[in-house]
Amino acid sequence: MTGIVETRRIEDRVVTAPHGREGRLRVANLNVSFTRGGTEHHVVHDVSFTLEPGECVAIVGESGSGKSVTARTIVGLTGGRSTVTADEISLDGESLIGATKRQWRSTRGRRIGFILQDALVSLDPLRPVGREIDEALRLHNWGNRSERKRKVLDLLDSVGVPDPQNRARQRPDELSGGLRQRALIASALALDPEIIIADEPTTALDATVQAQVLSLIADMKSRGVSVILISHDLSVVAQLADHILVMKGGQVLESGEAHQVLHDPRHDYTRSLIDAVPSEHTRGKPLGPPVEIIATPHPPRVAEEFADYDGPVLEAKHLVKRFTTPDGSVSVAVDDVSFTLARGETLGIVGESGSGKSTTARLALALSRPDGGSVSLLGRDWTTLAEPRRRALRGRISVVYQDPLSSFDPRWNAERILLDSLPAELDGDSAARHARVRELAGQVGLPEDVLRRFPLQLSGGQRQRIAIARALAPSPSVIVLDEAVSALDVSIQAQILDLLVGLQRQLGLSYLFISHDLGVISHLSDHVLVMKDGAVVERGTPDQIFNHPRHPYTQQLVSSVPTLDD
Amino acid sequence: MSAPSAQSLGAAPRSGARLARLAGGKLVNAVVVLLGAATTAFVAQASLPGDRATVILNIRAGQAIRRTAAELAQINAEYGLNHPLIVQYFDYIRGLVTGNLGVSYQQYRPVAQIIAEQMGPTIVLSLTAIALSWVIMILWVTLTAGRSARVSALGSVVDTTAAGLPQYWLGIILLLVFALGLGWFPVISGNSIAGLLLPALTLAIPLAGFMGQATRAEFENSLEQPFVISARMRGMGDFEVRLRHVLRHSILPAVTLSGWGLGATLSGAVVVETVFSRSGIGQVLVTAVNSQDLPVVTGIVILIATLYVVANVLVDIAYVLIDPRLKAQ
Repeated sequence: MTGIVETRRIEDRVVTAPHGREGRLRVANLNVSFTRGGTEHHVVHDVSFTLEPGECVAIVGESGSGKSVTARTIVGLTGGRSTVTADEISLDGESLIGATKRQWRSTRGRRIGFILQDALVSLDPLRPVGREIDEALRLHNWGNRSERKRKVLDLLDSVGVPDPQNRARQRPDELSGGLRQRALIASALALDPEIIIADEPTTALDATVQAQVLSLIADMKSRGVSVILISHDLSVVAQLADHILVMKGGQVLESGEAHQVLHDPRHDYTRSLIDAVPSEHTRGKPLGPPVEIIATPHPPRVAEEFADYDGPVLEAKHLVKRFTTPDGSVSVAVDDVSFTLARGETLGIVGESGSGKSTTARLALALSRPDGGSVSLLGRDWTTLAEPRRRALRGRISVVYQDPLSSFDPRWNAERILLDSLPAELDGDSAARHARVRELAGQVGLPEDVLRRFPLQLSGGQRQRIAIARALAPSPSVIVLDEAVSALDVSIQAQILDLLVGLQRQLGLSYLFISHDLGVISHLSDHVLVMKDGAVVERGTPDQIFNHPRHPYTQQLVSSVPTLDD
Repeated sequence: MSAPSAQSLGAAPRSGARLARLAGGKLVNAVVVLLGAATTAFVAQASLPGDRATVILNIRAGQAIRRTAAELAQINAEYGLNHPLIVQYFDYIRGLVTGNLGVSYQQYRPVAQIIAEQMGPTIVLSLTAIALSWVIMILWVTLTAGRSARVSALGSVVDTTAAGLPQYWLGIILLLVFALGLGWFPVISGNSIAGLLLPALTLAIPLAGFMGQATRAEFENSLEQPFVISARMRGMGDFEVRLRHVLRHSILPAVTLSGWGLGATLSGAVVVETVFSRSGIGQVLVTAVNSQDLPVVTGIVILIATLYVVANVLVDIAYVLIDPRLKAQ
């Protein structure tokens, strides 16, 4: 499992750390390559950095940039059939090159702690979180059973977990996203390591939870812990990093003091990463280089009925949805939610997990029946319609989800997925159907050869483009975008957001855009609803919400959005 | 998705009470299944061609001749065959509940007594075989799964080969090599502990192969999970990660197979008990089927159904103990 670490004749070279200082951790000219199917893939090229006590080095890049491989190599877990070479990897002046398995084991956890993304799967899902923390202590022979038990509770308390006694007995799936991420952090901090490596520690977390986790890492830093922070998002690292490395394709494109990298980037790629961060200020502007979108409205017969209709395309009145929980109590998921969506506009719904925003989306799509209130689509009653009559209107509204992979048949290629989504009126005309699929692929900016690929062979961005093309296939008036860009790297997210804006302009689409990310919502929306615990707590224009939030929850949400200004 | 999640924010619920309720539900299911098995066995007996009293007399005498009305009346009275079918059915069910499985046509003895005498060795054999198959499977999968391409391939080839070995062939080979050839084990097993190992291995090796096939894929999948990386990042060694984290995530299919394996080893016992000259229920079943001794056959069928039901209840309980998340569903 462990890669082979070789020295490249250290004696002949004078190694100086980039800052000319003694470092707690020094990495010089680290190279990693993997051998797959007989060919060698060089995934990390000449990475060098020095980490001082209480300092944070951030490695920023999109997936496949080599940032995670770099982090894992520092603890000797490169994985696979890998070859690692470096002029220096040393911890407190002691070389880690050629360390034995036993030396690595006593370094990991005790001297270097590691925090991964998403505690739901990064902590053993079958065990109580307390046992995972206990394991970190036990592996390094810390104390006896009862001392460890006390220490676990202290650790949970120190990372801000309330009621640690009971929380320690719960499994990750029984804890909220924020609490389980804190438990994961507690397991990495158990033995007071000098260095913490955090690999995308806040990805997939709600904004307020992200802010809490980042401030926890800031606390550790102020206590003298050195931090290596890895992220695809420059705005996440902006508050913490002292030094930033920007990586792409295994190369370090830019490396410098955080302030310089963020405010005076030397490399175009760094600049594109900075521009890719959506916010209220970027509204109406492209996030990436301009792309031409050629999309012509493709009016199916049904749409002609609505040609003269100029009222709100989607209107919800006093929606209520209740759920019965397994223990018999009733919870209100959506509580008196009303909104209108005009043609060609975007309505953003922002809220954290459990706020009822996705349930609202399901009600708007008539995928579940409201317990109160109604939805009308293009002026027609939509919720109370019987399903056969509703089917005729189904093509007027479509949906794009966060993870399109699970909604694709893995044995169908992209072309077949799109052919399957075409409206019935094209049935029987094979040439017209294939022409329409090529047209849809062109609209979402996919080259034709991508159509022959299967879902697993597509990148995250390509999958989301296919999902958007599928949503466009029936020529809808409204598209519901439920966390549609949330799983994407910032740079890919920027491309998809630009695509959505372009399509809206060309086709006059209306979007119901649902996200936990206030930055994305503000970038795209004409109107914003802020939801909490099933109810709308505030509504307004992005400017009102972002710059003059009235409700305390909105204020908290706005202050949690990471920005590049440190 | 932001639908309200079932996260319990208060104290962890008492898991003992929930487990008891789960077990109670399973017990009701078990009774229904057993009643079904017993009813099927009764219907099968009742619908056999020919007069039952004549059949019984012929089995006892060992020859097929015409019987007089007086002879038949006596047998009918003895076995309650003169009552309406529905009354016979309820008598039969009442007998089952009180542990009375009827009387063997051939041996004139209560079936329950015959089974009780012979059941012990067979159950010991089955349980030993299942325990051995777990040991073999866990060792083999932990050592070979997710290693280099060559070792992993060897691991799964051995699984497949073991799963396909016929028991009577494997039994004879083991007997020839280890008992006759090397003389490490007795040739006639009898009921000794030393004699138990070869018959148990005969049943365990194919079962270990089956379970290994099912476990290996899950095991290799679990090795790639982030929580495994987390554990290694804490300083845990590879072997300990496999035993403490990965194994628990990959054995559910093997647990399911063990429930089925209990039935498979009971039927396998018929062959193995013959090869190794062991006493047991397998021998009794062969004799009873050959001589049409229906109460004995029915008794064994009900016994095996009971064991299947018990095994499945245990499997369900094991599931929840291994993966507590299943309790929520």
